[in-house]
Amino acid sequence: MKNTSTARAGHPAPRASTLSGWQAWLPRLVLAPSVAISLFFVYGFMLWTFILSLTSSRMLPSYDFVGFGQYARLMQNERWWVASTNLMIFGSLFVVICLVIGVLLAMLLDQKIRQEGALRTIYLYPMALSFIVTGVVWKWLLNPSLGIQAMVRSWGFESFRFDWLVDSDMVIYTLVIAAVWQASGFVMALFLAGLRGIDDSIIKAAQLDGASLPRVYWRVVMPCLRPVVFSAVMILAHIAIKSFDLVVALTGGGPGYASDLPATFMYAHAFNRAQIGLGSASAMLMLGGVLAILIPYLYSELRSRRHG
Amino acid sequence: MPMLKKTALKKTSLALATTLAGLTMIGQAQANEVEVLHWWTSGGEARAANVLKDLMEAEGYGWEDFAVAGGGGETAMTVLKSRAMSGNPPSAAQIKGPEIQEWGELGLLGSLDDVAEAENWDALLPEVVADIMQYDGEYVAVPANVHRVNWLWANPEVLDDAGVAMPTTLDELFAAGEAIRDAGYIPLAHGGQAWQDATIFESVVIGSQGGEFYQRALVDLDPEALGGEQMVDALEDFKRLRTLMDDGMSGRDWNIATGMVIDGEAAMQMMGDWAKGEFTARGLTAGEDYLCAPAPGTEDVFAFNIDSLAMFRVTDEAELEAQHALARLVLEPTFQEAFNLAKGSIPARPDLDMSEFDSCAQQSLSDFQRTAEEGGLVPSMAHGMAVRADIQGAIFDVVTNYFNDDDMQAEEAAERLVNAAEAASF
Amino acid sequence: MANVIRRQTLAARVSRLAVYSVLILAALFYLLPLAVMLMTSVKPLSEISAGTLLTLPQNPTLAPWTKAWGEACTGMRCDGVGGYFWNSFAIVIPAVLISTTIGALNGYALTKWRFKGSELVFALMLFGCFIPFQVVLLPMAQTLGWLGISSSRAGLVLVHVVFGIAFTTLFFRNFYVGIPNELVSAAKLDGAGFFRIFWRILLPVSTPIIVVSVIWQFTQIWNDFLFGVAFSAHNTQPVTVALNNLVNTSTGVREYNVDMAAAMIAALPTLVVYVLAGKYFVRGLTAGSVKG
Repeated sequence: MKNTSTARAGHPAPRASTLSGWQAWLPRLVLAPSVAISLFFVYGFMLWTFILSLTSSRMLPSYDFVGFGQYARLMQNERWWVASTNLMIFGSLFVVICLVIGVLLAMLLDQKIRQEGALRTIYLYPMALSFIVTGVVWKWLLNPSLGIQAMVRSWGFESFRFDWLVDSDMVIYTLVIAAVWQASGFVMALFLAGLRGIDDSIIKAAQLDGASLPRVYWRVVMPCLRPVVFSAVMILAHIAIKSFDLVVALTGGGPGYASDLPATFMYAHAFNRAQIGLGSASAMLMLGGVLAILIPYLYSELRSRRHG
Repeated sequence: MPMLKKTALKKTSLALATTLAGLTMIGQAQANEVEVLHWWTSGGEARAANVLKDLMEAEGYGWEDFAVAGGGGETAMTVLKSRAMSGNPPSAAQIKGPEIQEWGELGLLGSLDDVAEAENWDALLPEVVADIMQYDGEYVAVPANVHRVNWLWANPEVLDDAGVAMPTTLDELFAAGEAIRDAGYIPLAHGGQAWQDATIFESVVIGSQGGEFYQRALVDLDPEALGGEQMVDALEDFKRLRTLMDDGMSGRDWNIATGMVIDGEAAMQMMGDWAKGEFTARGLTAGEDYLCAPAPGTEDVFAFNIDSLAMFRVTDEAELEAQHALARLVLEPTFQEAFNLAKGSIPARPDLDMSEFDSCAQQSLSDFQRTAEEGGLVPSMAHGMAVRADIQGAIFDVVTNYFNDDDMQAEEAAERLVNAAEAASF
Repeated sequence: MANVIRRQTLAARVSRLAVYSVLILAALFYLLPLAVMLMTSVKPLSEISAGTLLTLPQNPTLAPWTKAWGEACTGMRCDGVGGYFWNSFAIVIPAVLISTTIGALNGYALTKWRFKGSELVFALMLFGCFIPFQVVLLPMAQTLGWLGISSSRAGLVLVHVVFGIAFTTLFFRNFYVGIPNELVSAAKLDGAGFFRIFWRILLPVSTPIIVVSVIWQFTQIWNDFLFGVAFSAHNTQPVTVALNNLVNTSTGVREYNVDMAAAMIAALPTLVVYVLAGKYFVRGLTAGSVKG
């Protein structure tokens, strides 16, 4: 194996002669276990899920094929549509609000603020906590007879209402509140990191031209942050699609199934309702959604890599 | 160079090996132990399960407690499936109703016929109970108790204060509810979880349209009954119950709702007799400190829910022995009495002396025997005794959505029930 | 932006005040749940039912904490969440170390030793970041069974490593892309090998991204519930599972103070990590992982 492919090893191509065959293969050898793991645990499992989605599997997997019947059933399933619509509402609000809050806080924090470190930590810490932990307190805060509503009423505002948690039409927004609380600080950190990476002289120049500060931010700084926006959207989108603990801890999908998301739908059907076939079909559609987001990301990652 | 590379590699692999070796501690049951997966986690239940553990330990067997709380056993079932898929199921798990058949079909359950023969289960157990415990003619599970689902619990002080008596029909319930509301209490304590909604729904269907209709609609899934006018009436009664509940019910656990009745915050709760375990745990006496009665309009019907432990096939001789001991002990009078006293249900074997039990349990047992003869002993849909999990889930979706959605009409819900029963079967 | 021109005009002061008010209001919003948790966890039950969320504790007590740590009951065990806390460490530490090591080597190989198809390899691995975990539960259970490590800590470590390396590889790759290739090429010319270059050139400058990777992985794995509950047995459950059991178990009266104390205990390690290392986390993000 010594002489087979040393020539094409090492892209910045130092002279091939300096590399023994072993050294040339080492990078590939190092990557091999990870690739094997990905192939098996990610792609293998996806394939397996796809196969299951074509079967009538109920409590545990079986291999009695029914074609695309499960997908057809899914399309007729009211709850699936509620879950998908919820994801649209939840996902878009979550991403947009996190971005707005993140940018705003990052820009304000960048104004030579005293105690910046402490504030940053406060904004960032929710990301450290899982919803299994914070769900306990969020459920409490949002519960009309225990939480914020009860508190404001006890201050004398008897007609105050904040009962979204028990309102089928509003419950999805409670998920947005809790999710924004968790992730927006992280987005702030991303933007702050981006801001610190911008060359001061660009801004200085713009200001010398007489532009006002907000104008400088809008015209000069924002365009520089575009890659950060992109990363943030990707991270937020995948958090939104994967949201599961949040729903389980906060609403349990209720009232009724008004706050169901595809992840909880899939879980409920595959595990609690002995409909692994249907659950797998919904999982495949979720993966499709992930792909739709991922492909542009990968494209950009690989393009920037060429330039890197 | 090769030296350096070698040491680096060696170091990494060594570190990997030691970490892995240090961590490999398999959670399987040891030789003469049983690992029992269950969700008897609330106060009364846990105390009851403890009795079984003590009995096992008194005979020299180990009990590894694997309790998974939450969602009426939903999390526990996920764990069970994951364990079964990995070929490492626990020795025994809390599985019930038609689901026992499904696990049996998968060939994962072990036969208990040896124990059953030695202990003469055929004679001991009521037929309806024995049927559920068997797969393909063999005993694979052992019943711990018989619950009645259609009960109404009340705090007598609150009822007195509002000047109402224990309601026996749905009309009386609504009338009493208004009086109670006027007196400043929550008429009906409830927790907004799908299974709790379904529990109430079931009792209302029986109370409003009778046991025979219930059997046709929610057990046999007759589309005419499910989508018919009677169902629409029952659904309307069901929705009206919402007016008797409070705002804070979202996601509330059933025993918290029971606590509200105990503390005099709410007057009544419609819940199965496991609620009694909560009253007992607080040292209250049935008939004095709290009242029990069949859910309004359901006195001639007994909707049953049977907790059981199914035994997984094990190969280890010592574990098998422990498992069989567990099966035997579950039906032993000591456990049946202690467990059911704590849990609020009645023993799975009717031959026990009931003098220790309170008036509610005694009424439950006599109703059980009466309805078994007269007809009216029906499996509970809400508790997985009547229909397959997928159909049950689809019905839950309709019921809970209808209950929580102000805009959905009863006719539409009835129509969806028909679809649910059809669409779920594949 | 250090050079914001500030004049002490009235307008400037007002806008300064506005900036601070917004920042402080936001801080209050982020702190609210934590404050409620903390305060509730040191209140006796009677105070909880008497007061509201934000009533300060009158007679603070640590009893709920000791109860949550060692006495609270789940099912028939009354040993709190304390024991499970160490279970979590036993799972998290090896999983974080292994996945970070693999990620660093992968990122290095992918950027400094490019070969035909290395981009494809990266794209292939990246997908692992995005797979919804519910999907892999059942096949993973079966695989762990085949490997003979189901329900063990080793099994959980494996699961977390498998689904963590996609992230760690992404972090390190993005970081190493920014490190000039010239250094590496020169070392190659001098005849240095793969591991030697990594050890001598890349590793010494990798601190910021190692911090990011470790914090990220630590948080993810510590907070995991789904894998923890599905792939553990009674004696290998991580603390999140114990917490979930605890808050879903109630003996008639809901002991909110114990629930909150248990939640705080489960959250402490990740909180400490964020508070102590948060600064480096932000720095590390600046250093590379946010490159689009």
